[in-house]
Amino acid sequence: MYDFNYQKPAAIDDAVKALGSDPEAKALAGGMTFIPVLKQRLAKPSTVVDLAGLGLSGIRREGNALVIKAMTTHREVANSKDVADAIPALAHLASHIGDRQVRYRGTMGGSLANNDPSACYPSAVLALGATIRTTRREIAADDYFQGMFTTALEPDELIVEVSFPIPEKAAYEKFPNPASRYAMVGVFVAKTAGGVRLAVTGAGNNGVFRHTAMEQALSASFSPDAIRDVKTPEGDMNSDIHASAAYRAHLVGVMARRAVAACG
Amino acid sequence: MPQVKLTVNGKPATAEVEARTLLVEMLRENLHLTGTHVGCDTSQCGACVVKIDGKSVKSCTMLAVQANGSEVTTIEGLAAADGTLHPMQEMFREHHGLQCGFCTPGMVMSAIDLVESHPEGLTEQQIREELEGNICRCTGYHNIVKAIAAAWPLMHGRELPQAAE
Ligand SMILES: Cc1cc2nc3c(=O)[nH]c(=O)nc-3n(C[C@H](O)[C@H](O)[C@H](O)COP(=O)(O)OP(=O)(O)OC[C@H]3O[C@@H](n4cnc5c(N)ncnc54)[C@H](O)[C@@H]3O)c2cc1C
Ligand code: FES
Ligand code: FES
Repeated sequence: MYDFNYQKPAAIDDAVKALGSDPEAKALAGGMTFIPVLKQRLAKPSTVVDLAGLGLSGIRREGNALVIKAMTTHREVANSKDVADAIPALAHLASHIGDRQVRYRGTMGGSLANNDPSACYPSAVLALGATIRTTRREIAADDYFQGMFTTALEPDELIVEVSFPIPEKAAYEKFPNPASRYAMVGVFVAKTAGGVRLAVTGAGNNGVFRHTAMEQALSASFSPDAIRDVKTPEGDMNSDIHASAAYRAHLVGVMARRAVAACG
Repeated sequence: MPQVKLTVNGKPATAEVEARTLLVEMLRENLHLTGTHVGCDTSQCGACVVKIDGKSVKSCTMLAVQANGSEVTTIEGLAAADGTLHPMQEMFREHHGLQCGFCTPGMVMSAIDLVESHPEGLTEQQIREELEGNICRCTGYHNIVKAIAAAWPLMHGRELPQAAE
């Protein structure tokens, strides 16, 4: 790891200033992605700005939405009664991220800022049509994810919290990579008054995406059978040492049907 | 260089370290507590697990400066002053929960956190799932799971409820 300066500001404004005044400065949340990246010398920040002193964790109900602050850990989401009452699928998702130790440290904001193509949360944010509130603006999920490891965030823009509209029903099903537990394919489906949204992570060659053909079929009839014949184009799938594009395309269908079935 | 102040195994411990120093490096190289191991560089194996403010954490994936001000317990801090083993250590011995021993410090630290955070009971399935972050190349896990189930009654002072969820 290259050395860097370390700062732990106590106010969000100071954190934004530290990031804005130095293009080589980077934010640190739980470090569950960033520290492995630093260890491999894949990043060389001049300054690491630790967000742990900003008081950015917590979960609350806001009308018909569940609002989760950026530094809330996966463990806190998994164990929260508010989450279990409002969007149990989100608690289920969080409780299956990585392992116990990763869940103690890893955060919602870090996962969304990183936008790993196999991360779990992006599928929930996209399928639930959540809003990302940052230090500058509000960003709709449909505008936020811009391909693998790419988001609408500016370098000195921090995620503050995420607002999830509460759906009628939702479920997340993942086929985990047996070593890392990241999603080989993960499907989050949400049924709302406005229709059905279904987002796929782990599979697409351009990161998380909405499966509009499945959404249409499910909006007409919300059942696993309704999507049995809906195809997932192989050409849009990722192919790597873990799984071929054809295998992933097949798994998308299987996980989507399981997710719909899990909605009950 | 940043100064990091910790309480390690009940005693104050201070070191001047580079910002890039990992917690496991500070424990092993500055404080000479070499019971905490490093088995991978992908944050997957769990040989480095220690307890920080009551939570089991991978000390290879945390900067020492991030832990500043925290209470840290390592494998060296478990046994009593007279050498009496912690019940989890005793049960690992009793049930042959280790072979080469490389994974054992992290395995024991994770197991203690697991048992402490489940006073309502633990099923075998739960134990297996919650050990996701600890890899053992020797034992096949079976005896580790048995050791943890056997430590539960000793740590909670009552029988392990059957079929707890
Ligand atoms: C062994 C292992 C298994 C894992 N398995 C899974 C899995 O199954 N599913 C899954 O989804 N994930 C998995 N993860 C990743 C985990 O979910 C982490 O939470 C995630 O990588 C983000 O880490 P973090 O929150 O600690 O952020 P960090 O690693 O600290 O930061 C990640 C990036 O986000 C930026 N950032 C952090 N917070 C903010 C913010 N508030 N605003 C703007 N930018 C910010 C940082 O600058 C950095 O670039 C796994 C990780 C490990 C080590
Ligand atoms: S050394 Fe492998 S997880 Fe820390
Ligand atoms: S006892 Fe050898 S790795 Fe677990």
